[in-house]
Amino acid sequence: MNTSLILLILAIIGIAGYVVGARYSMALVGGISSKLHSRPGYYGSFVAVWAIVPAVVILFVWLVASPMYISSSVRGAFPEDVKAQSQAEQGLSYGMISSIARGMNALTREEIARVENNPVELRTALGAKGVPLAGDPKPFMVKAAADLNTMTFVSRMLMTIVVLAASIGGAFSAYRQIAPRFRARNRVEKVILGSLVVASSIAILTTVGIVASMLTEAAHFFAAVPAWEFFFGTVWDPRFAAAGSGGSEGQFGLIPLLLGTLYIGFVAMLFAVPIGLFSAIYMSEYASPQVRSVAKPLLEVLAGIPTIVYGFFALTTVGPFLRDISSQLNGLVTGDYANFIQAQSVLTAGFVMGIMLIPYVSSLSDDIITAVPRALRDGSLGLGATRSETIKKVVLPAALPGIVGALLMTASRAVGETMIVVLAAGVAARLQINPFEPMTTVTVKIVNQLTGDLEFTSPQTLVAFALGITLFAITLCLNIYALYIVRKYREQYE
Amino acid sequence: MNMMSESAVEKALDQKMSDASHKMIGKDVSVYYGEKRALFDVNLNVRENTVTALIGPSGCGKSTFLRCLNRMNDTIEHCRVTGKITLDTDDIYDQAIDVVELRARVGMVFQKPNPFPKTIYENISYGPRIHGLSKNKADMDQIVEASLQRAGLWGEVKDRLHESGTGLSGGQQQRLCIARAIAVSPEVILMDEPCSALDPIATAKVEELIHELRANYTIVIVTHSMQQAARVSQRTAMFHLGQLVEENDTDKMFTNPDDQRTQDYIMGRFG
Repeated sequence: MNTSLILLILAIIGIAGYVVGARYSMALVGGISSKLHSRPGYYGSFVAVWAIVPAVVILFVWLVASPMYISSSVRGAFPEDVKAQSQAEQGLSYGMISSIARGMNALTREEIARVENNPVELRTALGAKGVPLAGDPKPFMVKAAADLNTMTFVSRMLMTIVVLAASIGGAFSAYRQIAPRFRARNRVEKVILGSLVVASSIAILTTVGIVASMLTEAAHFFAAVPAWEFFFGTVWDPRFAAAGSGGSEGQFGLIPLLLGTLYIGFVAMLFAVPIGLFSAIYMSEYASPQVRSVAKPLLEVLAGIPTIVYGFFALTTVGPFLRDISSQLNGLVTGDYANFIQAQSVLTAGFVMGIMLIPYVSSLSDDIITAVPRALRDGSLGLGATRSETIKKVVLPAALPGIVGALLMTASRAVGETMIVVLAAGVAARLQINPFEPMTTVTVKIVNQLTGDLEFTSPQTLVAFALGITLFAITLCLNIYALYIVRKYREQYE
Repeated sequence: MNMMSESAVEKALDQKMSDASHKMIGKDVSVYYGEKRALFDVNLNVRENTVTALIGPSGCGKSTFLRCLNRMNDTIEHCRVTGKITLDTDDIYDQAIDVVELRARVGMVFQKPNPFPKTIYENISYGPRIHGLSKNKADMDQIVEASLQRAGLWGEVKDRLHESGTGLSGGQQQRLCIARAIAVSPEVILMDEPCSALDPIATAKVEELIHELRANYTIVIVTHSMQQAARVSQRTAMFHLGQLVEENDTDKMFTNPDDQRTQDYIMGRFG
């Protein structure tokens, strides 16, 4: 019986358990529900939970454990010469066995009998059924495949029986527990609490898992390249060596990438902060409700544009425009029409990223400015201050810690941004300060190091994890600091 | 006969004096919040160097009227004021009047103490600075000290002028707000339930302060406390459902009011 059918049956048992449990609880008290400890629905849910949850847990444990057990027992039956081979080759053999096993299910009984004695024919026979094999199967494989099929079949049968038995047994024992003073509500509430806890721990554990995987891969990298060469090196030259040529280790200096990241982020903030902040002030202090209700969503549309779209906006529109205008300006001033702004440059990437960040700055600051108590504004206006004096001298200073927090969060977005810089910043890892020249960032280099057919054993690819963990540490620090500031600010008014 | 003539003479005198010394005159003042009408043709005059108390049940329009006097209602969306209010001889809703200038002449103290999150010194110097009232630092120090003296706060804060104003106690904060209002040398001070967030001791101090301020300023105070109105004011106006019910000397108001509704409210029969 396949898994989805089992799940369907479990659901039916659960629903039936719910109905029966609810009816039975009512019957126990002669239809007077006030005599029950909990409402009838809770007794029904209690039965349904016992019918479904343990059975589903068993089902999933079985689905994970049984292939592992079967695989190890098939491998254990390998002939001695195969066992002597490396793990990778044994893995290949096992892969072929499982393909054969899959293919044999499609063959008729006579065909199986025919090929069992002649493994070479098996490949063509399976090929005809649409199951390609990587090589000619060896004789032991056919037997192993047959064993595999038998074990899988038995495992399925057992699983179906055990799971359905658990479901019915659970439902029955829950049904037996139902009594007028039985606290079904409390039990069901506990199950709900448990499922919420499970959901949130999945999210947290995933984060932990991601960090752990980055750390282990980064540790491999640091085994090959000393940490101080990575963190303090000023040359980025990973040198993709042809396989087997050796002797070209490359240099992995983080400094040029980090400075590029920070420089582009700085230029982006230079554009985003004043525009975002001014629009936030307009939206929160001056705009009438009608204007606000139209303009604010329009501004936030910017936040919904995928960053890759900003990337090609930079690549095809902003970059060429800046290049051409610089060449015109140069021509007007010196007569030489050479452009001094490259199409891919710090300025292009920073400008477009700045546009992307405007809605973040304005929306976060807007919330913070609006949160400044009205009493403070009234106090200032009541003293005869004008609106702009009130904003400048009372509202903004009061909101400043929150705004700084918002800007730090925005900065961490700028540091982690990828698609815009991939397309608009350039790939040359250079240490320079001219904003009209291309520079590159940490994220661009991660993309570069990981695109293409690569194996994750050389420092050239492993460096991506070291870069990733560095980036993660930077944005994490920025976010924690921002949260700290925002929280400190909140305490003032509560 | 004799009594009659005496009271008539007194009334005439009173009338004459009050005519001469009306600081602010409200004529047919109505306020609308969008479609809803909050005030109905209120005619109320504020006498100079007098504390005028506005009383009445919640939502009766007394705060709305108070906020008309320095046009704080302008900051509320969809709020419309009709009628005429004059300060001395100037129509405050006239196009020619600058609202900033008006609010410098008619200061305001709010229900909840709202010191700026700045130092005590900066709280006081804020108003004089935006109006350019001081020429130099010494001048400003002078204004700050005088304002705090008048608000009776100087002794308590003179050693910590450069600490945050939000660190003071509730009563001190409210007196700081009064000092802040005084610092711009207004002619009229509006107080919107200034003691409602304070404990009895702080309330007593603020009331005492209001009493002293009367010598130099014209004060209009909104209060929910009948006792407070009786203690601090010379004139009392009673509002009900957006209408001015009665305006009279405080003594008369609390002993022998003209209007039955005032009587009922003061006796605690409604509101």
